[in-house]
Amino acid sequence: MKQPSNGAAHLRLKAAGAVATILSLAFCAAASTPVLAQNGSVKVGVLQSLSGTMAISEVAVKDATMLAIDQINASGGVMGRKIVPVVEDGASDPAIFAQKAQELIQQDNVVTVFGGWTSASRKAMLPVFQRFQSLLWYPVQFEGNECSPDIMYSGAQPNQQILPALQWAMEKGEKRIFLLGSDYVFPRTANYILKKYIVHDGGTVAGEEYVPLGGTDFSSVIAKIKISHPQIIFNTLNGDSNVSFFKQMAAAGMTPDKMPVMSFSIAEQEAHAMGPSLVQGSYAAWNYFQSLQNPLNKKFVAAFKAEYGGNSVLDDPMIHGYEDVYLWAAAARKAGSFDPMKVRTAAIEMGWQDSPMGKVEFANNQSLYQTAYVGQLEPDGQFKILWQSNGPIRPNPYDPLAFPGRSCPAK
Amino acid sequence: MWHLPIIAGQVFNGFSVASILLLTALGLALSFGQMNVINMAHGEMLMSGGYLSYLACKFVHGPAAFPCALLTAFAGATILGALLEVSVIRWLYGRPLDTLLATWGISLIMQQGARSIFGAIGVEVVAPHWMDESINITHGWFAGLSLPFIRIFIILLAVAVLAGLALFIARTRWGQWLRAVHQDRDMAGALGINTKRVDLIVFALGSGVAGLAGAALALISPVTPTVGQSYIVYAFLVVIVGGLGSLLGTTLAACLVGLFSAGAQMFTSVSFSDVLLLVMVVVLIQFRPRGLVATRSRALKEA
Repeated sequence: MKQPSNGAAHLRLKAAGAVATILSLAFCAAASTPVLAQNGSVKVGVLQSLSGTMAISEVAVKDATMLAIDQINASGGVMGRKIVPVVEDGASDPAIFAQKAQELIQQDNVVTVFGGWTSASRKAMLPVFQRFQSLLWYPVQFEGNECSPDIMYSGAQPNQQILPALQWAMEKGEKRIFLLGSDYVFPRTANYILKKYIVHDGGTVAGEEYVPLGGTDFSSVIAKIKISHPQIIFNTLNGDSNVSFFKQMAAAGMTPDKMPVMSFSIAEQEAHAMGPSLVQGSYAAWNYFQSLQNPLNKKFVAAFKAEYGGNSVLDDPMIHGYEDVYLWAAAARKAGSFDPMKVRTAAIEMGWQDSPMGKVEFANNQSLYQTAYVGQLEPDGQFKILWQSNGPIRPNPYDPLAFPGRSCPAK
Repeated sequence: MWHLPIIAGQVFNGFSVASILLLTALGLALSFGQMNVINMAHGEMLMSGGYLSYLACKFVHGPAAFPCALLTAFAGATILGALLEVSVIRWLYGRPLDTLLATWGISLIMQQGARSIFGAIGVEVVAPHWMDESINITHGWFAGLSLPFIRIFIILLAVAVLAGLALFIARTRWGQWLRAVHQDRDMAGALGINTKRVDLIVFALGSGVAGLAGAALALISPVTPTVGQSYIVYAFLVVIVGGLGSLLGTTLAACLVGLFSAGAQMFTSVSFSDVLLLVMVVVLIQFRPRGLVATRSRALKEA
């Protein structure tokens, strides 16, 4: 074997020197942060999936959250303190969400965390936030049936998205409804609640079908839809299954103009990614559409496009990720403290706040009063707003018809 | 509810699913039967075919777009398969577990690669306009039956590939060598057949057919980094039910699985029909452990 030459040894020494420099630099950086935190700054966690299947949706929410933090910092911060975000990657894995949440609270000493998307990630983080009495701001619509004092649920409860959509369809006279969803907790729970209300309101469930997550073959489902002659399909399919479903529906001659579809998981982001022509004419129910006409929303859309490019689109979970930071800041100012429990109390006592999605207020069950909208997808990938609820709706985690006898906060 | 057109429609759907399964499983059956290689990255060959046809459709427009996409998918996947054989599989013959692990790793690398290049959200191949139509039967016993051209095309493609492959194996010199190696590797080698090259051809051809499956699938579904994963399990089922290395067995098994799923989905749900399918396969394996069509091969007995 050849002996290493002098040159190689020299190189190795140099490399060791470089490593030592980097290490000491990193150490200095790590050591200096807590000092900074004491003087004039406050640390918050931002925990979304930046990799894996969910990244496509969650990166956009992270961007919106970061925009809100930048905007608040630019206007002087919260109580004179600059917000320092600590961004972590949940990697589309509930176990990693729980682990990163604990790291954020214990090692980074953040005062609160903004994040989560899937119900599985939220359920995994819940015990962590409960154990450390910290506070999570969760931005996505979900199936309800959960009420933790350590989570601020800003996304819609079922009675703020799904049931208003049902009310709208019933008012239109579309009473024969086909329920189609991916096979996991949100569609199953949503359809459970929907079925109770369809029967209660004198409608008919034409059929109910679930396809495994990521399923691509809809031939049998479409055959069943044909046989049962529904007036509208309520669609809780997730992700790419939607593309297969709409493509195969079109091949079978049932485009959205012939067979109306109301989707609960297709927002501007998804429509943009799928190509709007495929889902054009179908309906969606959310608490925010990019096309909402109000001064705050115009400012928000303009600011987001200035930061992330003119082609970016905005949607419901993003606005919640954005608004959560503002609501947290307002609550902290009211409480005069960053203590999670004091912030929580202040949040539910601070009253109505203006936001790009209209007036919102936290109810005493830590969910948000918000307005429901029904929109129809236009060829340009934006929604034309067809209907809105009669003012903001009180959030209800435990539906009285589907889950009788349970309430939040518990009596 | 159970009218003739509906039953006929489901039979048609069953064959439509079967044809994609067949295209996916053919390559697996060949490489499994001949080389005793369990290729976990086979689903990613299907995925590559989908992405390649997407790329082809981006650069070529007009009526030539889709034939060109099919050709690109086949050629690209064939080359990928050949590369995989030369760089990895060849070095691991006779070590089935190591091959399994190595090809699984390659499958993960290819999935993440696709995610990095094309993004996590699926890309779309827009079918040619003539495929948007469907045959609608309005009179007679089958009134109300509607057969989309896209699905008819996929079935015809599978039939054509199967016929081509059968001719290749039965009528060409390469096919003869292939059969010889399949029956007795050592003897074929002793008679001067370059068994390594035959293996390479079989593996590359199998990958190419999977690439075609990907291109066909792209017509009715988005191409995603994980699209191969949703078909590979069914493809393995087809190979096991059909009997290793038998074209006839693979074809019968693909039809059986496709029709069974379509029937079960009609009476139960999509999720539950998967359960029934697996139960059916388990029971079937009890009675025919070597598959529907058991081939005699000395090459297989060695392992």
